[in-house]
Amino acid sequence: MQIEINGQAAYAYTGGKPFDAGLPCVVFIHGAQNDHSVWGLQSRWFAHHGFAVLAVDLPGHGRSAGKPLPSIEDLADWIELLLEKVGAGDTVKCVSLVGHSMGSLTALECASRHPARIARIALIGTAVPMPVSDVLLGPAKDNEPKAIAMINGWSHSPRGTVGGNTVPGMWMLGAARRLMERQKPGVLHNDLAACNAYGHGMEAAAALACPALVVSGSRDMMTHPKAAAKLATVIKDVRSVSLDGAGHALMAEQPDAVLDALRGFIL
Amino acid sequence: MTYNFDTLALHAGQVPDETFGARATPIYLTTSFVFKDSDQAAALFNMERAGHVYSRISNPTNAVLEERIAALEGGVGAIAVASGQAAMHLAIATLMGAGSHIVASRSLYGGSHNLLDYTLPRFGITTTFVDPRDLDAWRAAIRPETRLLFGETLGNPGLDVLDIPQVAALAHEHGLPLMVDSTFTTPWLMRPFDHGADLIFHSATKFLGGHGVAIGGLLVDGGSFDWEASGGKFPTLTEPYEGFHGMDFSEESTVAAFLLRARREGLRDFGACMSPMTAFQLLQGVETLPLRMERHIANTRQAVAHLMKHEAVAGVGYPELENHPDHALAQKLLPRGAGSVFSFTLKGGRAAGRKFIEALRVFSHLANVGDAKSLVIHPASTTHFRMSDAALVAAGIHPGTIRLSIGLEDAGDLIEDLNRGLAAAQKT
Repeated sequence: MQIEINGQAAYAYTGGKPFDAGLPCVVFIHGAQNDHSVWGLQSRWFAHHGFAVLAVDLPGHGRSAGKPLPSIEDLADWIELLLEKVGAGDTVKCVSLVGHSMGSLTALECASRHPARIARIALIGTAVPMPVSDVLLGPAKDNEPKAIAMINGWSHSPRGTVGGNTVPGMWMLGAARRLMERQKPGVLHNDLAACNAYGHGMEAAAALACPALVVSGSRDMMTHPKAAAKLATVIKDVRSVSLDGAGHALMAEQPDAVLDALRGFIL
Repeated sequence: MTYNFDTLALHAGQVPDETFGARATPIYLTTSFVFKDSDQAAALFNMERAGHVYSRISNPTNAVLEERIAALEGGVGAIAVASGQAAMHLAIATLMGAGSHIVASRSLYGGSHNLLDYTLPRFGITTTFVDPRDLDAWRAAIRPETRLLFGETLGNPGLDVLDIPQVAALAHEHGLPLMVDSTFTTPWLMRPFDHGADLIFHSATKFLGGHGVAIGGLLVDGGSFDWEASGGKFPTLTEPYEGFHGMDFSEESTVAAFLLRARREGLRDFGACMSPMTAFQLLQGVETLPLRMERHIANTRQAVAHLMKHEAVAGVGYPELENHPDHALAQKLLPRGAGSVFSFTLKGGRAAGRKFIEALRVFSHLANVGDAKSLVIHPASTTHFRMSDAALVAAGIHPGTIRLSIGLEDAGDLIEDLNRGLAAAQKT
């Protein structure tokens, strides 16, 4: 689905069914240097079970034009503009935001800045704050292939590093690397810098007016499960799910478990 | 962390069986898989959940092999099929239909050449064959309806080394993918995706299996090619497909649109699937691929060196030799070795060839390559026996040409066997 936001072409995958603003809406927000396709299975399930789905390509990512937005606050406002544009939440009361990593910060900030429209948020592979070391920020700026290799190595659990993909024939590490390589130059550093600079996440979480789901992988090295647990302690209405053995790439490593956690929260 | 090649050859795609703890990959010799409930069944059919439904489409044993070869090649995924020919057909049928055109190297395995030159035209797909070393010829052959460039990493029969970086760059200039048959080199000798290729297929029957007991093919997707940026050339991947829920495969998967369509249409409709038993047998071979390839190359170098200095030999064609036209390219693309299949020419023509073959004891006389055992064939008296001497020479094959596939036996025994054959050939 193509939408124009701020004069720029934006794309959102609708899960294989036409978007219907009259249905409860689930917005899937990808992480740094990714696009909508990381949500393939989960977004498709919701679209075929009574929801209007928008798995977005954030500005400058995937099929969406323009430059990547420099801050989590900008991304949050962009999601609000997207919802306004498609009429989601106008005719129904229920918009759920589901975000992974950088997308989880975006979902949190969007719910904080625009509480009227958002019914619930699911934060997957999250940490607040989400500091990014210079060890990674440096290569992200000057040597993207090196940074992508570092991220790929850290994003998968010991089991995921060997494989055993539940999607037949797919090599998780190869697909993750190639998806990152397909993004435009400069996007990676922009995204990581935005995560690193997001400073008031705990305050936003403490003031959340809607229920939240926090899903963490027990072997996540990018956003440690302890950080997710700490975040959960400040949210008033929170449900936490830990996926045993999963790394940061939870939707690839344990797609059914992520879906089941979302089903239990959103349905 | 990520693992290196030799570790991936043993482990990629498989974690120990969670039910019984089996370390080896279990053979899931079953046609179909029980659904947990109606919802899960529907979700599997509609690609909302991952898993297996029916072994023509996917199978857990095959999936381990698919992941493993994708990991070794540096791709995003793979599909195991019944043979190398099935892999080639699956790739072509996924990318194009009637009215499409392929530009291919003329130095191809006979089966591949036959498919392109005689069989596919019956279905409206035509091919222009070019000298793989002539980049201008590749360029001149590209037409508006061209959908694929194709060659072998090491061509047949002269072991032409495909200049993958150059041919891939040309293909990409025209919004086209480059597919290579990497059977002779395996990912241990070269990973074509690292040099710009977009699709790879293998006859896994050869070096990947290595034992000569199973026929199989593998089609691997590099995941780099942007099908949507090719200006509508690939509607099978960029437009809704009525045959599968109106799915637009590129929209569904940024990096695996090709594999999705190939599995969801090609395996489903053409049905050239691999048996799980075959997948298991091929996995046993892949586990030792690094060790075997190292030995293949070491033995080949000894055999080549021996034949080069033998008075009964008119010439040896091997890209590591300085007189081979692709010597420099082989040094660049194949630093670990230029394969273990090569040809040499006996002084004395057809009669010498027959005598040579009949005197051998260790080399097996048969029509295959890439076995753990050393193999030999004399094209002029077997695969090309109907051709005159003049016609043979035109095809790049001398009446006294012998093709060897060097195996893993003791190098001294192989040299002794070659000497036995050479002595017999000299008596003609």
